[in-house]
Amino acid sequence: MEKILKTLTELYGPSGEEETVREKILELVGKRADSTFTDQLGNLFVLFRGNAPKILISAHMDEIGIIVTNIDENGFLRLAPLGGLSPSILTGQRLRFKSGLIGLVYHEKINDLKELTWPKLYLDIGQKSRSEAEKVVAIGDLACFDQPFVSVPGSRFLAKAMDNRAGCAVLVETISGLKRPLPQEVCFVFSVQEELGLRGAKTAAFGYEPDYGLAVDVTRVGDTPKADNMAVSLGLGPAIKVKDSSVITHPLIRRFMVDQAKNLNIDYQLEVLERGGTDAGAIHLSRAGVPSGALSIPCRYVHTPSEMVDSADLENAVNLLSGLLRVPWPAVTEGHL
Amino acid sequence: MKIKETLAELSNLRGVSGAEAEVSSYLADRLEEGRFEVRVDSIGNLLVRKGRKKGKKLMLSAHMDEVGLMIMDFEKNGLLRFRAVGGIDSRILVAKRLRVGIHALPGVIGSKPIHLQKKGEQDKPFREDSLYIDCGFKNHEEAAGYLKVGEYATFDVKCAAISKNAFRGKAFDNRAGCLVLLSLLLEKNSLSFDAAFTVQEEVGTRGAQIAAYTMEPDRALVVESTAAADTPETEQELSSTILGQGPAISLMDSTVMVDRQMRNELTVAAEKAGIIYQYRRFTGAGTDGGAIAYSRSGVKTAVLSVPCRYIHSPHSVLYESDLKSTIDLVRSWLDTQQ
Repeated sequence: MEKILKTLTELYGPSGEEETVREKILELVGKRADSTFTDQLGNLFVLFRGNAPKILISAHMDEIGIIVTNIDENGFLRLAPLGGLSPSILTGQRLRFKSGLIGLVYHEKINDLKELTWPKLYLDIGQKSRSEAEKVVAIGDLACFDQPFVSVPGSRFLAKAMDNRAGCAVLVETISGLKRPLPQEVCFVFSVQEELGLRGAKTAAFGYEPDYGLAVDVTRVGDTPKADNMAVSLGLGPAIKVKDSSVITHPLIRRFMVDQAKNLNIDYQLEVLERGGTDAGAIHLSRAGVPSGALSIPCRYVHTPSEMVDSADLENAVNLLSGLLRVPWPAVTEGHL
Repeated sequence: MKIKETLAELSNLRGVSGAEAEVSSYLADRLEEGRFEVRVDSIGNLLVRKGRKKGKKLMLSAHMDEVGLMIMDFEKNGLLRFRAVGGIDSRILVAKRLRVGIHALPGVIGSKPIHLQKKGEQDKPFREDSLYIDCGFKNHEEAAGYLKVGEYATFDVKCAAISKNAFRGKAFDNRAGCLVLLSLLLEKNSLSFDAAFTVQEEVGTRGAQIAAYTMEPDRALVVESTAAADTPETEQELSSTILGQGPAISLMDSTVMVDRQMRNELTVAAEKAGIIYQYRRFTGAGTDGGAIAYSRSGVKTAVLSVPCRYIHSPHSVLYESDLKSTIDLVRSWLDTQQ
């Protein structure tokens, strides 16, 4: 798990340019599937055929980042955010382009932190002029944080893009341990552009037409000093989502997940995320509606260069997800609420 | 096609989001003269196919609607209360001439005159609530005899050339895009593509969502008008687009991440045909791109815009040369896709 997580988090994959991550995941799990395919947007589908119902398990591959919007005459780049990113968090950070080029974000002179807005930021790639800069970068190029994966003493990991390579790693591990025959058909989708508004999951759900949806993603926690009130902590188990801004977990799915966790004796938490969404938000509204839920990995410092997760939560997420796929999913009937 | 005349005609048409029939009829007439079969779908999009039915399905899309006002209520004294339809800066509304309602009655946006303003009032811009439309009605009853709540008002502006290359007019966003599509449909060429003239873009890219679902394209190119901010207060690196520097290729906007491959195809097509182009150096604001790109199982989508100053106001300014090179670039790109 640690090795896969290190590999995946260190890859380059801001929203819109997920191909490096997609290729790596395909290499890791492709051979085990009945078929793999991608759609127009770049979602990777990893299909395990079976009888009805059809379950779609989604984890997004993209990470937050920036897009270059202009290059000035002195070779400085201007940038705009990809996903929910704050200028104060970017300041002083190194960013990495697909080519491997590294740049540093800093800001124009400001008198007050309140003045620190996107138009004040620039990216310095160490070039002396526009023409020099244009040799190594172009308007429209993307970049992500440049941070190595770190295993701290104990059980926790720090890395960029835990959101959501942690979810991808959970899917990869689950796929590796999948035992056939499966009680029903399962399609794992490694989705794109989640950070821009659950966009990949929308087209993936339309294309696959699942009967059920489940997103695996990170969630915020409330266990740091004077944090926002939130009843999820690192290390107390994967979280079964109750609701966030994008979805209310179908009560039947939520109960099913809770029952399975209890049966398997896996520690879990219940998650109510007040701000934030996940792929399940797009999946559950696809076509005529898809009962959906989400399994969340507690994560500190989401959308910063160093996001922290606990290995026990990851292992338990794999155990719970694997458990969920070993049993037949309940039929959605009238009066189930 | 006569570009100047057509731009003026399109710009002068009245078609606020939700009431695009005048624009749609004009386009349908021109297209029927050109022996096209047109179709209007359930929400009001005008759909037309050019050329053969086989091969890659390419969709060109441009929205017909413009921003404007909607009549919300009548005051006892016959003045009209209104709300903006689409994104309008309320500070630009004061003292503008309007055409109001389905009969295009002349009107003006009124406000408290300088003589009567209290101390401090002059420091604050008028908001929608402190403005009203005056059509000269005596009272509520007279107003209600001519107009119904829910009717629209448009800026009363006629398109005009202000220099050899520059035009001033309303609704260039996005009649400029409509013109590009119309021109490519009516000119003699052997290109095959589907065109959608969409409705309700300004209130949330609604028509395009339905058009894309119906058309099921393999690839889509949205032709838009985008803000040029090449004015003194905007530093060059933040200016988004510049008039005279050709069509603007979007990187992303609030609705869509432009397909990288299509972006490259556009730049290659431009370079091949010797067309100058620029990037849209701004990633905010929305277009029909998102509604199309994330339709069904996903559609590779790009957005190309005619740079345009002062959009969403009564008087936008664009260059004919940018309009022409946008037509050239779309044609050149379509050529590579046949």
